Amino acid sequence: MIHQTAAQMADALAKGETTSVELTQAHLDRVAAVDGQVKAFLHVDSEGALAQAKDVDARRAKGEKLSPIAGVPLALKDVLAQKGVPTTAGSKILQGWRPPYDSTVVSKLKDAGVVIMGKTNMDEFAMGSSTENSGYGPTFNPWDLSRTPGGSSGGSAAAVSAFEAPLAVGSDTGGSIRQPAALTGIVGVRPTYGAVSRFGLIAYSSSLDQAGPFGRTVLDTALLHEVMAGHDAKDATSINAPVPAVVNAAKSGDVKGMKIGVIKQLQGEGYQKGVQSRFDESLQVLAGLGAEIVEVDCPSFEYALAAYYLIAPSECSSNLARFDAMRYGLRTGDTDGASAEVVMSATRDAGFGREVKRRIILGTYALSSGYYDAYYGSAQKIRTLIIQDYAKAFAQADVLVSPTAPTTAYKIGEKVDDPMAMYLGDVATIPVNLAGICGMSLPAGLADEDNLPVGFQIMAPAMQDQRLYQAGAALEAALLSKWGAPILSRAPELKGAK
Amino acid sequence: MSSLSRDDVAKLAGLARIEMTESELVELSSQFGMILDAVARVQEMDLSGVKATSHPQPLENIARPDVVLPSLSPEDALSGAPAQEESRFRVPQILGEAE
Amino acid sequence: MALPTYDEVIAKWDPVLGLEVHVELNTHSKMFCSCATEFGGAPNTQTCPVCLALPGALPVVNEKAIESTILIGLALNCKIAPYSRFARKNYFYPDMPKNFQISQYDEPICFDGYVDVEIDTEEGPKQFRIEIERVHMEEDTGKSLHVGGATGRIHGADYSLLDYNRAGIPLVEIVTKIVPGTGKYAPEVAKAYVAELRDILRGLKVSDVKMEQGSLRCDANVSLKPIGSDVLGTRSETKNVNSLRSVERAIRGEMIRHAELLNEGKKVKQETRHFQEDTGLTRSGRSKEQAEDYRYFPDPDLVPVTPAAAWIEELRATLPERPSLRRKRIKEEWNVPDKEMEAMINADVLDIVEATVLLGADPTKARTWWLGEISRIANDQNVAIADLAITPADVAELVALVASGDLTDKLARQVVEGVIAGEGKPSEVVAKRGIKVVNDDGALMAAIEKVCTEQADTAEKVRGGHLPAAGALIGAVMKETKGQADAAKVRELLLKFLGQ
Repeated sequence: MIHQTAAQMADALAKGETTSVELTQAHLDRVAAVDGQVKAFLHVDSEGALAQAKDVDARRAKGEKLSPIAGVPLALKDVLAQKGVPTTAGSKILQGWRPPYDSTVVSKLKDAGVVIMGKTNMDEFAMGSSTENSGYGPTFNPWDLSRTPGGSSGGSAAAVSAFEAPLAVGSDTGGSIRQPAALTGIVGVRPTYGAVSRFGLIAYSSSLDQAGPFGRTVLDTALLHEVMAGHDAKDATSINAPVPAVVNAAKSGDVKGMKIGVIKQLQGEGYQKGVQSRFDESLQVLAGLGAEIVEVDCPSFEYALAAYYLIAPSECSSNLARFDAMRYGLRTGDTDGASAEVVMSATRDAGFGREVKRRIILGTYALSSGYYDAYYGSAQKIRTLIIQDYAKAFAQADVLVSPTAPTTAYKIGEKVDDPMAMYLGDVATIPVNLAGICGMSLPAGLADEDNLPVGFQIMAPAMQDQRLYQAGAALEAALLSKWGAPILSRAPELKGAK
Repeated sequence: MSSLSRDDVAKLAGLARIEMTESELVELSSQFGMILDAVARVQEMDLSGVKATSHPQPLENIARPDVVLPSLSPEDALSGAPAQEESRFRVPQILGEAE
Repeated sequence: MALPTYDEVIAKWDPVLGLEVHVELNTHSKMFCSCATEFGGAPNTQTCPVCLALPGALPVVNEKAIESTILIGLALNCKIAPYSRFARKNYFYPDMPKNFQISQYDEPICFDGYVDVEIDTEEGPKQFRIEIERVHMEEDTGKSLHVGGATGRIHGADYSLLDYNRAGIPLVEIVTKIVPGTGKYAPEVAKAYVAELRDILRGLKVSDVKMEQGSLRCDANVSLKPIGSDVLGTRSETKNVNSLRSVERAIRGEMIRHAELLNEGKKVKQETRHFQEDTGLTRSGRSKEQAEDYRYFPDPDLVPVTPAAAWIEELRATLPERPSLRRKRIKEEWNVPDKEMEAMINADVLDIVEATVLLGADPTKARTWWLGEISRIANDQNVAIADLAITPADVAELVALVASGDLTDKLARQVVEGVIAGEGKPSEVVAKRGIKVVNDDGALMAAIEKVCTEQADTAEKVRGGHLPAAGALIGAVMKETKGQADAAKVRELLLKFLGQ
């Protein structure tokens, strides 16, 4: 059951072939069997999940009209507030915190009857690309437990990849959905900025953050996308427009006549050979399906990484100021007579990990008087140039493509002491966030040299998310028929798995 | 090569209210050099005449009507409080004065 | 060495002022969330994820606050920015949950305005134009109770208790450009400016503007320079100025304090000081070792404010008459002496009295009723005049009834009591209570004859030319007629009866 797609599970539920309680229990059993090795979850809410499942089954029995994925279980990145359930953002500074409110994404999932199984591991406050920056230990890639699943939504990606859940929610600020999807062989989408409410999404970089869906197939991801997206009056940056018809696009999957732009700057040197090969092959597949491949030039993309590593830390240095031991979260250092100021500083030192502290200090510097224009101010101008380059490119192509990440999954511990090397892993995903457009990663195969998953990235203009699903579904179907079986069937079996 | 000295980092840590150990300060200072070089690349470009983008979407005038909606109960509001007294958040002695 | 006198100060030094006023808007909900703004709630009963700064919460600006701020800007002759943004002012303090305040920095919504004030001097009235640098929106902080110290103040407290009900209340900050050229009138000009601002804001109905309650707060900046010099001196900022009188006293006090230092060749420290009501002096606040770097940047959770020109003109058309012009007009139209004008303004009855006059009442009579009898009752009941159950229409009706002779002043006072007690409009009270002026000469004569018979000795005295004695007889007649006679008429008839 757990190896089905979410669409198949939904179908079975609709037909009465199974119940949500059965389905949820099967997944909880899977979690119990394998998560000791994968460590995708920070908190498994068995009681809550089964109660939700029971409720959905009851509603279905009454003949209530339900959303297409009602009753299907889901793993939620621990960056989203869920009322009464521990929410940590992967940080010790929020250990034990139970929000008194639901994020809008969680409200929408609950309304749709999706069963939230638990909260998944992540790089602390979404800062990282390997989930090694979690305050609670790393998550391990189900393809090779000595490797990272990517990050920052590593837990959610691993959960879906290891069949612990058919669907998951992540967040993507610099590639944190797409890159883990690539490294674990699943589909991940970063919707247009403003398409999914950020109310209740614990903020890292406000102008770049966006929550998004993971699934094992393009259609599954589309089904979740439609439930999650939509305008929210509680988020002033939320777009007031209908959700693009992503499910329909995923079902049609036709690229005849579609112009596909390959970004000159996002390939070639610096990209692992196996990654580049799978990418080139996928391009040929798409051409074979009737798409036209063109090359586009985006020179400002060379500066995207630099701009990102000024904007994101600046915004996060301000967003994370609220963690001060006064109203919630960790409080330490309050021995006899210690002042509030001392307690704040001691708590923040104890509660934040190295990467978070690094980015807060960098951001504080970039915003400080005398440096604003040179750093943050300039980075916001680079952003304009990136938006302009995308606009020019989208005038020549319907979607743009690149490999999602320059390498396949690397070993745990390999890059954690070399922040610059870690940051370079985001080079292909970051431009999407800076421009606020949408992007998808889907499996393009395995790299020859290490048999590890490679991701193919598709990018579309703002609010044209359906193009991702259209092109993605076409590529997925063609690759499936080429491989004969889904990519995940080639993943090694986990110990204790049934 | 741009760099931040250990003292520079200490000052920033003070602004950011993060008490850092000596080794943390030194380590950060050494890592910053590389990061700053990388991000200093933004200054290589000729950005004169380019407008800054602070928002990817050209939204304007998003506001809400002046209507009261239910607040959290005080129990919920205080539910995460490390310490509370008489329905208020209890915090250690504050040294500085309010703005 | 004794402090210089004020005259000594102004003989040598030229004051330069700067005034920052914070206004609490009277919106129903907070600046960035929908919690209630009502005063006096139990602690932490008016909070939500947004104003508590819980992880994941986001601000959305109150549209009424934007409108009110534009109105304020227009009333202060400001330009309204076609494009403005919110900015984060970053610093750590427990009463500010996000540890940044959402405010406006280099893109305020209103800028470059002015306010004209007039003060009275020995040389006659003098006008001053105070230029406004900017008017911008921001949010208020929570309230802390400091526990354990001697005075409840922060120094020496063991710990603090925080209530976030007031966190996020909409504030408008009005900042003047520097104000030179006031000379010895600096304190009066500052006071007049704040008073005029208060009246303008009250007229716009955007705030309660009660300094004692904190809905209007003033920070006064003062510096001295030698007379004739162009070089500005170091300024000090004085907070905690809670009344108009305190504004005046604080400025005067600071001028003297600065002068004493400068006369002795010492330097004035650039610092924040706190005004002390009891002594009229300022106390040094904790000086900061490092100037705080607020690291302002545009708030990424909020989008730009771009009010349409057409909407701004619509708002401009709703601006009420400038208070000072209105007062001038009323004074001239009604021919009101200065002292009475002041009395009406201080008692805050100008609107009510004007409304009464517009309904046909004679201005003097209207004034007399509101400032006299009704004001007395309000004081007795310990309420504001506006809270009594009597309206301008009621008073206008009353004045008409007295004018037509249907009521005497004395009877009218009974009617006022009745209206305030909720017995209805004046005509209804008259009917219910059976109040009637006894005008019937016959009835009066009967009463007069009765009284003169009963008090024959006193009547004899009056007949003998001792007029003052008539008072007792008149009183008795009034009693006889249950107070419903017109005392003047009684006197007339009585004296005639007694041959006087």
